[in-house]
Amino acid sequence: MAANSSDCTDKEQPKLKLYSYWRSSCSWRARIALNLKGLSYEYKAVNLLKGEQFSPEFSKLNPINYVPVLVDEDIVIADSFAILMYLDEKYPQHPLLPCDLQKKAINFQAANIVSSSIQPLQNLLVLNYIEEKLGSDEKIAWAQNQIGRGFSALEKLLEGISGRYATGDEIYLADVFLAPQIHAAITRFKLDMLNWTVMVSEKSLDWFNRAED
Amino acid sequence: MDSRPHQDTSGSFFSSSSDKLQLYSYWQSSCSWRVRFALNLKKFERLNPLHFVPVLVDGDLVVSDSFAILLYLEEKYPQNALLPVDAKCRAVNLQAASIVTSSMQPLHMLSVLKYIEEKVGPEERQSWAEYHIGKGFAALEKLLKDFAGRYATGDEICMADVFLAPQISVAVMRFKFDMSKFPTLCRIYEANKVLPAFQASLPERQPDASID
Repeated sequence: MAANSSDCTDKEQPKLKLYSYWRSSCSWRARIALNLKGLSYEYKAVNLLKGEQFSPEFSKLNPINYVPVLVDEDIVIADSFAILMYLDEKYPQHPLLPCDLQKKAINFQAANIVSSSIQPLQNLLVLNYIEEKLGSDEKIAWAQNQIGRGFSALEKLLEGISGRYATGDEIYLADVFLAPQIHAAITRFKLDMLNWTVMVSEKSLDWFNRAED
Repeated sequence: MDSRPHQDTSGSFFSSSSDKLQLYSYWQSSCSWRVRFALNLKKFERLNPLHFVPVLVDGDLVVSDSFAILLYLEEKYPQNALLPVDAKCRAVNLQAASIVTSSMQPLHMLSVLKYIEEKVGPEERQSWAEYHIGKGFAALEKLLKDFAGRYATGDEICMADVFLAPQISVAVMRFKFDMSKFPTLCRIYEANKVLPAFQASLPERQPDASID
């Protein structure tokens, strides 16, 4: 679904642009949502390690210097949750939220457990601080602890509700938030996912592995 | 989410004409505060005390997490809507809410501060809190500068206000944070502060408030 800017002629130029960093789980959520909805977009890479989020071009677009940022013609939206809600309202194919209000609320809760209780406590800024002050082992222990606690909360939330995916047999918002977080937990922090059997079934792991560009 | 000990919490009943809602709230929790503020804005009446933080019980349905609760309330009780119809303005409100709930509050919640204090040192606790609060408010000031009217995103009170007002209050009261670098946010806060819905949601007016 993503096209590099150099590959497109003017006629083929997708009207959506996503400013993203390949490793950012927040950017990943936006990519998944765009792909689920079958929306083509121009991928604009912003290398956070090189400080490209502070470039004059990007700062003009988003003075807060965060990724992801979605540009839809003259509308510019930052923050992964705001982007997902915007996409869901404007492009209703493959809805990200179920109609049932209870299930919808559970999706919001799951998304927020990831975006407020887990991701901010194991992002680069926090981990660098802990490593600098307390060392590398403490950093890993901290990350594993924060993620583990969040996953345990999610496990309780989703028990009895999950099916093939987090909140049933369709992919919804909860899955879009969960997939990148679980991926990070496994690949970067070496968490053993066997503790959280409700969240991660064999089938959902397949989907997580395929939820890449 | 706040991880507060259960015995220190209390809750309230909020009712409308057709439904009874129970809110489990902790008087000092900024997350609980957002929900109280929103319920007051939607003209739910508080009846009577109870327990937790925040958890909303609506008939059979139980919703925890302040952001999820607010989005649920928005959908089920559309009176005095807190999210505007305009797509861009709506997105700005959600972004402002995310900045507070993801970039600020989790970094200065008690469990994190205790960890910093114990492992790094007592003097680090305040500077850590101030750093993250400052970073978040700087982002919000930039975001809302061109959108604010009387309130955060215009002349009607919206979701951004519900998140912002308690956060500013907590920053100032609990961390003695100096807001003078953020004139837009200060102005928004002054406008929110005088609202009866905000006044009624103040921590010190809650049934579980204590002097300590």
